[in-house]
Amino acid sequence: MTWIPEVASNLAGKVDGVLLTITLLSLFFFVLITVILIVFAIKYRRKRDDEETPYITGSEPLEIIWTVIPSILLIALFVYGFVVFKEMRTPPADSVDITVTGKQWLWTFDYYNGKKTLNELYVEQNRPVRLVMMSDDVLHSFFVPGFRVKQDVLPGRYVQLWFTPTKIGTFDIFCAEYCGTGHSVMLGKVNVLSPEAYDIWENGLPGEGGGAVASLPPAELGEKIYKEKGCNACHSLDGSTLVGPSFKGVFGHTVELADGSKVEADENYLRQSVLEPQSQVVKGFQPVMPSFKGILSDEEVTAVIAYIKTLK
Amino acid sequence: MANHTIAHDVYVPFLEKKGFLSWILTTDHKRIGILYLVSTSLFFLVAGIIALLMRFELLTPASDFVDPHTYNVLFTLHGSIMVFFFIVPGLAASFGNFLIPLMIGARDVAFPKLNIASYWIYLLGTAILLMALLKPADTGWTFYTPYSATTNTDVVLMTFGVFVLGFSSILTGLNFIVTTHKMRAPGMTWHRLPLFIWASYATSVLQLLATPVVGITLLLLITERTLGVGFFDPAKGGDPILFQNFFWFYSHPAVYIMIIPAMGVISEIIPVFSRKPIFGYKAIAYSSLGIAAISFLVWAHHMFTSGISETAATIFSFLTFLVAIPTAIKVFNWTATLYKGSIHLHSAMLYALGFIFLFTIGGLTGVFLGALAADIHLHDTYFVVAHMHYVMIGGTVMGFFGALHFWYPKWFGKMFNETVAKIAWFFIFVGFNVTFFPQFFLGIQGMPRRYASYPAEFESLMSLSTYGSWILGFGILIMVINLISGLINGPKAPENPYNSLSLEWQIPSPPPHENFEEIPHVTDWSYGYGKKKELEV
Repeated sequence: MTWIPEVASNLAGKVDGVLLTITLLSLFFFVLITVILIVFAIKYRRKRDDEETPYITGSEPLEIIWTVIPSILLIALFVYGFVVFKEMRTPPADSVDITVTGKQWLWTFDYYNGKKTLNELYVEQNRPVRLVMMSDDVLHSFFVPGFRVKQDVLPGRYVQLWFTPTKIGTFDIFCAEYCGTGHSVMLGKVNVLSPEAYDIWENGLPGEGGGAVASLPPAELGEKIYKEKGCNACHSLDGSTLVGPSFKGVFGHTVELADGSKVEADENYLRQSVLEPQSQVVKGFQPVMPSFKGILSDEEVTAVIAYIKTLK
Repeated sequence: MANHTIAHDVYVPFLEKKGFLSWILTTDHKRIGILYLVSTSLFFLVAGIIALLMRFELLTPASDFVDPHTYNVLFTLHGSIMVFFFIVPGLAASFGNFLIPLMIGARDVAFPKLNIASYWIYLLGTAILLMALLKPADTGWTFYTPYSATTNTDVVLMTFGVFVLGFSSILTGLNFIVTTHKMRAPGMTWHRLPLFIWASYATSVLQLLATPVVGITLLLLITERTLGVGFFDPAKGGDPILFQNFFWFYSHPAVYIMIIPAMGVISEIIPVFSRKPIFGYKAIAYSSLGIAAISFLVWAHHMFTSGISETAATIFSFLTFLVAIPTAIKVFNWTATLYKGSIHLHSAMLYALGFIFLFTIGGLTGVFLGALAADIHLHDTYFVVAHMHYVMIGGTVMGFFGALHFWYPKWFGKMFNETVAKIAWFFIFVGFNVTFFPQFFLGIQGMPRRYASYPAEFESLMSLSTYGSWILGFGILIMVINLISGLINGPKAPENPYNSLSLEWQIPSPPPHENFEEIPHVTDWSYGYGKKKELEV
């Protein structure tokens, strides 16, 4: 394990520079104090009870030295942190805007060309991206450790954040501001694609990588949504238990709810579970599923139900 | 030193009276100190056990020992109880009460009845908190809106409990300020005051000025929840980060309410066990006031990623760097006091040295968080959790344990087992570092705080931290058993076991009801250890 995440954006190396400088200075002062403490504690250890000690009450030159030197160093660190911060807050004019919405407990991303993705952000390598972000409900915070960027997301106000991804790969998105029961499952990924791969993603067949289409048979469309909208992160197909119940064989079965009552998992139960997940939580599971109201259309919800029906 | 005589034939220790009423109706500052000591220590143990439960959940990545909601409730209770019910009143009210009149040569505080009333208010706040436990809040101890305005847990009762507690803090602060101004013995000039008194004074000023702000803030939150007034709700024209500004306007000074008394304790322990005058008395005394003053102007360093303007962030970052300077000065002065001393590693001294070591780490890692660019990456990660615990446990709790061991003979008239105390210190020191040092690395790697479950890549460091919490818990258990068994069957303590020059050690242990038979006349400061070459203060 490395001590810091992989450097994956143009800003990451600069933030690491600040971190490293403070680490080295801190280590110097830490070692200095510790060595002096230990040396004094050993060297001046009491050997006899009647030892004579000098009456030293202070030293003005020393007080001045250890006030002025740390002050100069601290002001230098402040300036260094500020200069990098300024850059982190100033997106270049040619950056691509992506709209980010945080809600309990998922992220949605809206792209300029009408594509829309859930929990998976797609960006192009070496092209600056500016995220314009807002929350639907409480505070969240958009945090990508690999990019060294973080910004709280507020209801009723746009905030922005920018970066240029420099490495192809997949990087974690964490919600860093506590937002309720599902805070620790509000996870996403940034997929950094090469310019060629991004081109394909961007101009791919309508519906690919996001916008679902009605031209597919409902069950196939449902399967597509299952994968693309992140259902698969919490609901397995093979009967194993993840964060939520498995989809395997759920349709038509009787389900015991958290309050002890029993319901049959018919179309209306499944529909309600997608749109108002907290209303009928299955016993033994946590009420952490986000609502997909406004994210999935009626047609798409029906398609997901059609897909679940096939999972016998 | 002081001229005084004690007529031992009429000596009745203050602990002599027994019975519930003799405690709950007492106006004796030493007994009130014990009331606070017992109450805050109980809360410390309760919140500590909650912390052990949280760390147990975090042993493995999945949310398996408790469900996520329960975990969220646990960290809310841990934070709220530790901050509001233990650390704020812990040293300031318990040791402040016991020591201020003794150290300045007074028979009691300025307003003894107000003093016990403050304790009753503390109890009332406690009772309200216990009621809130029926449906405890899951907001974190910071109660951030809009989540705290919308969660269906009992935020109102819990914040009301904290609101009530605030009055206890305000009145105690007021009492101590007046006591320090008006009750000093003849000859106890400001520059002869023990540094613990300077620290308590700075703390009291903060309590008096900052606490009303959190009281008002919590009332606004209660109004928002019960009457639907939209102070913080953008849909009603409110501001979602206004709450954070209000909250930290109190809670940052509150950090210093928690740490400055511990700094005072360290300034008392080190000279006694080094047989040296404190190095740079005035620098330490005035830096307490300096820290208190600047602490009102740094609150938004908790909010660099919150959406405040770049200009505001820059100004607050600069002021935050300024507050590091008086803190550094104190560390250098304590270390310099050891120079050419005759150092005795008594358990209290071990806690004091542990404080310097751990608090230095806490202070230096604060520099990371004050630097804007670095804070963007580290904010709301385990780095903050580790930093804060290095300051609060490594600093305040080490100071609290040091004070407990140092003044124990005076307070209770008994001695504890010194060897066991050293063993407990060792486990606490090692356990603390094993628990919290890995969290700096977790934070740098991006592990967010307040996660009930976490990605598998963090497992090795997270479980190491959990193992550390067991060592820490074990050390505290030994310490508690040792201190309690000392009360029951420890040998009788002498008047002045460490040959201290401070006033409280010149009277019997435990002190008599009104402390001093005759109010002492003070002729020198209390740090006159070592051989004088010239007369100076």
